[in-house]
Amino acid sequence: MDHKIDRRDFLKLAGLGGAVFASGLSGWAQAARPAGAQEFYFVQLSDTHWGFKGPKANPDAANTLKKAVAAVNSLERKPDFVVFTGDLTHTTDDPKIRRARMAEFRDIVSALNVKDVRFMPGEHDASLDRGEAYQEFFGKLNYTFDHQGVHFIALDNVSDPKAALGEAQLAWLKQDLDQKRKDAPIVVLTHRPLFALYPQWDWATRDGAAAIDLLLPHKNVTVFYGHIHQEHHHMTGHIAHHAAKSLIFPLPPAGSVPKRGPVPWDANAPYKGMGFRAVEADAEKAGYRIDERPVVKG
Amino acid sequence: MRTTIHRWWATLFLWVAVLGMTGTPAAATDAPVIRLTAKKFEYDRREIVLKKGVPVVLEITSRDRMHGFNLPDFNLRADAVPGVVTRIRFTPDKTGRFVFFCDIFCGDGHETMGGTVIVKD
Repeated sequence: MDHKIDRRDFLKLAGLGGAVFASGLSGWAQAARPAGAQEFYFVQLSDTHWGFKGPKANPDAANTLKKAVAAVNSLERKPDFVVFTGDLTHTTDDPKIRRARMAEFRDIVSALNVKDVRFMPGEHDASLDRGEAYQEFFGKLNYTFDHQGVHFIALDNVSDPKAALGEAQLAWLKQDLDQKRKDAPIVVLTHRPLFALYPQWDWATRDGAAAIDLLLPHKNVTVFYGHIHQEHHHMTGHIAHHAAKSLIFPLPPAGSVPKRGPVPWDANAPYKGMGFRAVEADAEKAGYRIDERPVVKG
Repeated sequence: MRTTIHRWWATLFLWVAVLGMTGTPAAATDAPVIRLTAKKFEYDRREIVLKKGVPVVLEITSRDRMHGFNLPDFNLRADAVPGVVTRIRFTPDKTGRFVFFCDIFCGDGHETMGGTVIVKD
């Protein structure tokens, strides 16, 4: 089963499927954790494109990431960890400039008042050199980690410029999943959508269906990703896929305009369409409550 | 002797398979040939106009580095490789405007590298 759904349908489906989804709720971050409950929350930031210059899309590109870092630091409750789901930097053909941008990015996000910060590559970071510079600065392209009973899997669908996971990584994924109970709570982090969101704009992963096939036997899987520069929610079977906003410029909804390109900056509503998200996780219920946050408070 | 014959048939089968995958060479077909050359960050044609139901052979290559050619509405894709001509033979079976684009990340400008196939009655 693979279908597009609107927000209302998604809420219904996600609720029935065991995942809890909500957006724009206020006050949840201050709520006390029930004793013994495996609840935690993390922050997802995506598509910061450090080094991008384009005044029509974002005249404040040199400051947006810094403002986002400040916004995370001012959250009511400190997140357990922060994850950047790719396109940390904007691409360049020059390996020296690429490394300089990565060094600047790393310096800026080092101001995050969170000990556990995890990174993932986007095609802008890793496609031109198959992740060589990225690995020098941020480590492995794909990896797993466990947090409060949830198994996180970071998949790399960008260091191959053909936007594929590749047979070796799919075998690695299978081996990892084979070790997990079928009802284990699993979160997949990736940059590009694993499903064919809109192939006409290359919003897909060439062999993403193979990864979804491996994940489908597992009852509690949720995917968080970036790439499309907007909030988006989709179900493939019982697997929920949540795309995050960008921190450089928004892109229009799939197919809504003839050509994919940045939504122009709105001087009357700076940072409109940009932001990051806080995700509250309940490992026991494999539920995730998403709270979309603006770059700056309005 | 039997092994030799098997090898001969296997070689013949392989060549037929390769031709089937990459399209019939232009000289051996009546289908019109449309050449498409990729380079950073554009193809030398922004639009390709075709007729519904009329077979065509696309000859795709690249001038600088590896690019891709992807025409998802017809489930067609190929690599555009410098020094290599990749042939795709197909017959458009529907009318309309359909995007094609580079699906191998090639740098700052990759996202705008594409064009339109226009199929008319």
